[in-house]
Amino acid sequence: MTEAPAKIAIRGLHKSFGRKHVLRGVDLDVPAGSSVVVIGGSGTGKSVLLKCILGILQGDGGSIRVDGSEVVGASGGDLEGIRHKVGMLFQGGALFDSLPVWENVSFGVRARRKIGRDEARRIAVENLEKVGLAADVADLMPAELSGGMQKRVGLARAVALQPEILFFDEPTTGLDPIMADVINNLIRSLTRAMGATALSITHDMASVRKIADYVAMLYEGRVIWFGPVEELDRSGNDFVDQFIHGRAEGPITVGTR
Amino acid sequence: MNPLRRIGAGLLDFCQQIGAIATFALVSIGRGLAGPWYPAQILRQMIDIGYYSLPVVGLTAIFTGMVLALQSYTGFARFEAESAVATIVVVSLTRELGPVLAGLMVAGRVGAAMAAELGTMRVTEQIDALTTLSTDPHRYLIFPRLLGGTLMLPLLVLVADIIGVFGGFVVGTTKLGFSPYTYIDQTLQYLETQDVVVGLVKAAVFGFIVTLMGCWNGYQSRGGAQGVGAATTRAVVTASIMILVFDYILTEIFFSR
Repeated sequence: MTEAPAKIAIRGLHKSFGRKHVLRGVDLDVPAGSSVVVIGGSGTGKSVLLKCILGILQGDGGSIRVDGSEVVGASGGDLEGIRHKVGMLFQGGALFDSLPVWENVSFGVRARRKIGRDEARRIAVENLEKVGLAADVADLMPAELSGGMQKRVGLARAVALQPEILFFDEPTTGLDPIMADVINNLIRSLTRAMGATALSITHDMASVRKIADYVAMLYEGRVIWFGPVEELDRSGNDFVDQFIHGRAEGPITVGTR
Repeated sequence: MNPLRRIGAGLLDFCQQIGAIATFALVSIGRGLAGPWYPAQILRQMIDIGYYSLPVVGLTAIFTGMVLALQSYTGFARFEAESAVATIVVVSLTRELGPVLAGLMVAGRVGAAMAAELGTMRVTEQIDALTTLSTDPHRYLIFPRLLGGTLMLPLLVLVADIIGVFGGFVVGTTKLGFSPYTYIDQTLQYLETQDVVVGLVKAAVFGFIVTLMGCWNGYQSRGGAQGVGAATTRAVVTASIMILVFDYILTEIFFSR
């Protein structure tokens, strides 16, 4: 699909839940060092796709290769190796509400190498600063943070591990437009600074235009369009056109029940 | 649907559930024992389950001991066997009522809280976040709870036995006319080590059941607040029923001893 080697290569990925076929043969390449955004309506399997790549959900068929390592059917040790390369920002932040902010941010670092509490706290504060949060936030509990701050802490936790790959699950959902733009800028600047490969899912078009190098549209369990973000407005695909312009009329029909 | 087919389908579903719960327990124990261990998590669970359940279990025990003394006195007075009151109180408490009532109280307090906490962690993707941060949820969340319940319930029951016997002693000496010396003498004279051991073995099994049901139902919960609420209810109901079923099974096993 692109000239850069694929960091993540997905071929014919299928995933069903009972009789519900969510992914019906997804093909997608995420070029190394680029930012790919998957767009699509609610319930089209965007989050399922990310969880299949992480091995949190097992694909029913097809192939997912991360740096050449197969995820589908991989066992614990192999999956752990793949997950070591990935940092993820979850939709709601998914901060551990029993731990203060600094322990949340340094959680993954402490899980992977033995460091003392002082060192862990220093790493947390350093990463909080990267996302524009002051050191005094470190001692707050997640429940004391606003939605935007929770996303930023989640982002700090994802980048604290210096991963090669970053996943962003609906990074701007539930945020006001200004805070959403702050998060988009952070995603853009941090991934570029780290030289990381980014895979995001969203239906926020402002976010897509800000953070994407490439865009893939997921519809009825398949990628129906993939291309550079500059070509999004002239994709020549009626489904993409309807989605990016948010029109109720078009080939995509939305059930009312 | 054919009634026989419905019964068969229900039975198959039941067997599948039992298998899934057994697998869940074995995976958690296997991975937990293999390490890495999380001593802070284990200690937190032991304090939560043991120390914070003391007031409710103690209150239950003291009133049970008091009622038992009154009721057995009323019954045994009919054939002039009032002197057996102290023995009845201590044997009933140590072999039966101590572990069962403590188990039911802990199911209501701890099992429900575990299901709610893990259920909330599941629906807010905190459990998925743990996985992406190189931390196995079975090792970090489930095993410490199973271990905490299995170790702490026997200790709670030991304290409950003492408090319950004290309840019987208070009623026996203040209302039923026993001298303190006679009451204590009769309590100790017929109490055998086996009575206490049987009660403690039961308590360990009940502690495991309560925490397993809390963890399983919470871990499997789906669908937001309603799903978490349903998981919490299921955790308490299934644990309570299983305590009563296993109480009979264990009593049958220890019956002749």
